[in-house]
Amino acid sequence: MAKAPLLEVRNLRVEFPTRHGTLVAIDDLSLHIDPGEVLGVVGESGAGKSMTGAAIIGLLEPPGKIAGGEIVFDGQRIDNLPDADIRRIRGRHIGAIFQDPLTSLNPLHTVGRQITDTIVAHLPLTARQARTRALELLREVGIPAAAERIDHYPHQFSGGMRQRVVIALALCADPKLIIADEPTTALDVSIQAQIIVLLKRLCSQHGSAIMLITHDMGVISETADRVAVMYAGRIGEIGPVSDVIHSARLPYTIGLMGSIPSIGEEVERLVQIDGSMPRLNETPPGCRYHPRCPQAFDRCSVERPELIAVGSSRVACWLYDDSNQAQTPLPVRAAAKTNRDSPRINGTASAKPLIEAEGLKQYFDVSPPLLTRILERTGRRIVQAVDGLDISIVRGETFGLVGESGCGKSTVARTIVGLFDATAGTISYDGASLSTREERARNQSVQHKMQMIFQDPQASLNPRWRVSEIVAESIPRSRRAANGGVSARVGELLRQVGMSPLDGDKYPHEFSGGQRQRISIARALGGEPEFLVCDEPTSALDVSVQAQILNLMVDLQRSLGLTYLFISHDLAVVHHISTKVGVMYLGRIVEWSATHRLFTHPLHPYTRMLLDAVPDISKTGTQRTQVEGEVPSPIDPPSGCAFHPRCPFANDRCRTETPKSIMVEGTSIACHAVEEARLPSWKAA
Amino acid sequence: MSQSSQLAGSAAATGLVKRAWNSDLAYSFRRSKVTVAAGIVTLIYLLSALFAPWVAPHDPYDMASVSILDSFLPPAWIDGGDSRFLLGTDNAGRDVLSTIIHGSRISLGVGFASVLIAATLGVTLGLISGYVGGRLDAVIMRIAEVQLSFPDILIALLIDGVIRSILGPGAHGNIAFVVVISAISLAYWVQFARTVRATTMVEKSKDYVQAARVSGKGTAYIMFRHLLPNVMGPVLVIATISLALAIVTEATLSFLGVGVPPTQPSLGTLIRVGNDFLFSGEWWITIFPGIALAIMGLSVNLLGDWLRDALNPKLR
Repeated sequence: MAKAPLLEVRNLRVEFPTRHGTLVAIDDLSLHIDPGEVLGVVGESGAGKSMTGAAIIGLLEPPGKIAGGEIVFDGQRIDNLPDADIRRIRGRHIGAIFQDPLTSLNPLHTVGRQITDTIVAHLPLTARQARTRALELLREVGIPAAAERIDHYPHQFSGGMRQRVVIALALCADPKLIIADEPTTALDVSIQAQIIVLLKRLCSQHGSAIMLITHDMGVISETADRVAVMYAGRIGEIGPVSDVIHSARLPYTIGLMGSIPSIGEEVERLVQIDGSMPRLNETPPGCRYHPRCPQAFDRCSVERPELIAVGSSRVACWLYDDSNQAQTPLPVRAAAKTNRDSPRINGTASAKPLIEAEGLKQYFDVSPPLLTRILERTGRRIVQAVDGLDISIVRGETFGLVGESGCGKSTVARTIVGLFDATAGTISYDGASLSTREERARNQSVQHKMQMIFQDPQASLNPRWRVSEIVAESIPRSRRAANGGVSARVGELLRQVGMSPLDGDKYPHEFSGGQRQRISIARALGGEPEFLVCDEPTSALDVSVQAQILNLMVDLQRSLGLTYLFISHDLAVVHHISTKVGVMYLGRIVEWSATHRLFTHPLHPYTRMLLDAVPDISKTGTQRTQVEGEVPSPIDPPSGCAFHPRCPFANDRCRTETPKSIMVEGTSIACHAVEEARLPSWKAA
Repeated sequence: MSQSSQLAGSAAATGLVKRAWNSDLAYSFRRSKVTVAAGIVTLIYLLSALFAPWVAPHDPYDMASVSILDSFLPPAWIDGGDSRFLLGTDNAGRDVLSTIIHGSRISLGVGFASVLIAATLGVTLGLISGYVGGRLDAVIMRIAEVQLSFPDILIALLIDGVIRSILGPGAHGNIAFVVVISAISLAYWVQFARTVRATTMVEKSKDYVQAARVSGKGTAYIMFRHLLPNVMGPVLVIATISLALAIVTEATLSFLGVGVPPTQPSLGTLIRVGNDFLFSGEWWITIFPGIALAIMGLSVNLLGDWLRDALNPKLR
């Protein structure tokens, strides 16, 4: 190595003293970052990624403290500096970008003031010069009409724009290192793509190094030069991005890669790593991964492996110890490929749809109170969350619904199961109409066949109830007496989702996120449903746990003959699980067809944009086409085709006339450009 | 079988005790000396109130044992004091210590009863208001706000006066307790309702409530089975603080002469009665009940403060 590293972390140890004993959050971690390099730090939640970042910039939350090791930045040891000195380095030489752009900015100051304040604090510039520099920075991060926007408050910016401001803030003193902690996690895919491109460009221009902390392998593989994989407070594998992503050596990395659904591949089941990350107070001895590792042997459970050089990477695994030549790692993807265009359950899919909604509209009145409206002379404000949506799902299929946040996906789910009364339109289930509350009350038995799985496993289980009570809740009264009663049924349900009937006596907080989601599924199954509405069921979970839940859902579908409406913002997950996919934009489905067809022959410009934007591990090092703009507000949707302000193919007709759905080669599509054959053909990826 | 289940049961019970002792709540209790002291004092009050006839050295309301000859005796450590009467005697020759013990029994009883009623009323209305929302919510909350704009003691006096004038002076003696308790509870339900409403509005948007609705569960079921257990944390805090306030309010009412009847005096009544003799030198008749009331109010309040901090994750 010619140059001295910019940042060197040696044997870092972070401890949390608690009254039950000392928890070691980071144990003997060493890494370095060269000037201008992008180091990706990946791992599942609880791996200690963010803690490492916080330790470096001296922002550990008390009672956490650095208990050992040293951090050397640019030749100077910074882990033992007094507060005043580390403050001078933080912001000046090390910038930070955090996950949530909403809370990273002070809502009471204009963005211009926040940036100039930071500049003046770190650089010897006058207020006027600082303002000029702030303006330059805002232009550089791509804020349109920066001269005007500089005096706006954070709430006047959208999420993506706010994150750009945060990046400008981090860059304002030209730091040598930027610590970016999940900078794109809170953003939509299309915005995420913009921010990644921006970060990469800016850092190469300014020559800053980045420590990019994220759980998203796709983001890492596109952005980073080197990757460190963390597990339970230690680095398991570190090396060049292409080696770690495509020829991983650590069994954990191999499993992790296999558990990520990819748009490029079609597999029936994802590689599954059982269990979950150990909690801090129960880290196993030896290699911390050994209880979950398929290749663990005796030595793994007693002796802790250190990083050793294997090829161009360094791996902490006994498999690569010299004395152990015989062991060979698993291939990355062992799962079988199948034809996925047919529904999974036996028997041909009947053409008659199980659930059908036509012209579904769901408006929400968010008007200010009458008096305010009169005084301010404003009208009512209506959110058109769902605006004329048609959907039909055939028995046994999985209909995936994708779209960015605010497009109305969740509202569709909630309207279909009856949590909201539809403003207009019809919903029918197996021939029975469920459009209004009265009809739902009349068709109680049909209503029971629909159940729902929610996104947040924390909030979807009542914390004061025992698991057995939670699962028993949805068991219909008519079934309570049959077959050995409720407790037998609860035990059966828990077994069905891969849990023990003994877990019924515990409370939800005793379980991990993945287990809670299993409980949530068990509750849904209690109603003996035919149709399950899944609203982002895996979005709050880590990838390895997501793979467990997705596999479970596929298994249950096959054994119980379920039909799914699967809602997600994650195209790869939808691609993996669905047989049909619909793409939503501002309350309408703009395109739907069979999964394979949609992902290989996307027609709608919005679908194409989404597919372009999604970061994927198969796209390491590729350049992406940048997408402009953000999702408009559903309070005041654009006229005509709602997508026209962002569409490169929009013409006058798109601006005035709302497109109707037409069938083109098995794809239902609402787009004037497709109708008029103005679209270029899609480049196959 | 039964033996093993019994074993399991006792193991579960000891496990529960262990868990409770090691819980964060118990830990924060043990760590604060002031809280432990307040807890012990409150416990002493509760026990002596509960077992007043056995704890008190004399029965102050047994006419046979009270002698007018013992009246106005000062506390035992002052000249002229009698070792039988530790804190002296009042104008009728009753032992002040015994009247205090019996009086705190009444004070605590009235306090507990009013808080219980206020909490039941407030929690129910708060749940309805928060979960159902809309017009009903607006009506309940406007009533609450109107009531909040008057001082609690004024409300209690008003309710007390209204009930008395309706019933007439004759009926008063028998139902004095009912009147006082309802007056205090009607003055204190607002706090419960407002807090429960706010918590309910947070909880009702959580997905477990949505899941119950998807399963076709009714409004009352969701309110009382799902939401109630989850809003009880803050209720406990307010209940403890309200208990201290209710005791003081009752004392105030009794001091003003509109509280419990003089035949069954509470601490407030004792203070009022003793007040007449303050300037003629018999200070102990009013001062000791006053100190007893102050200590009781303080310790219950300290317990409430601890509970509020311990249950509020933001202050940890």
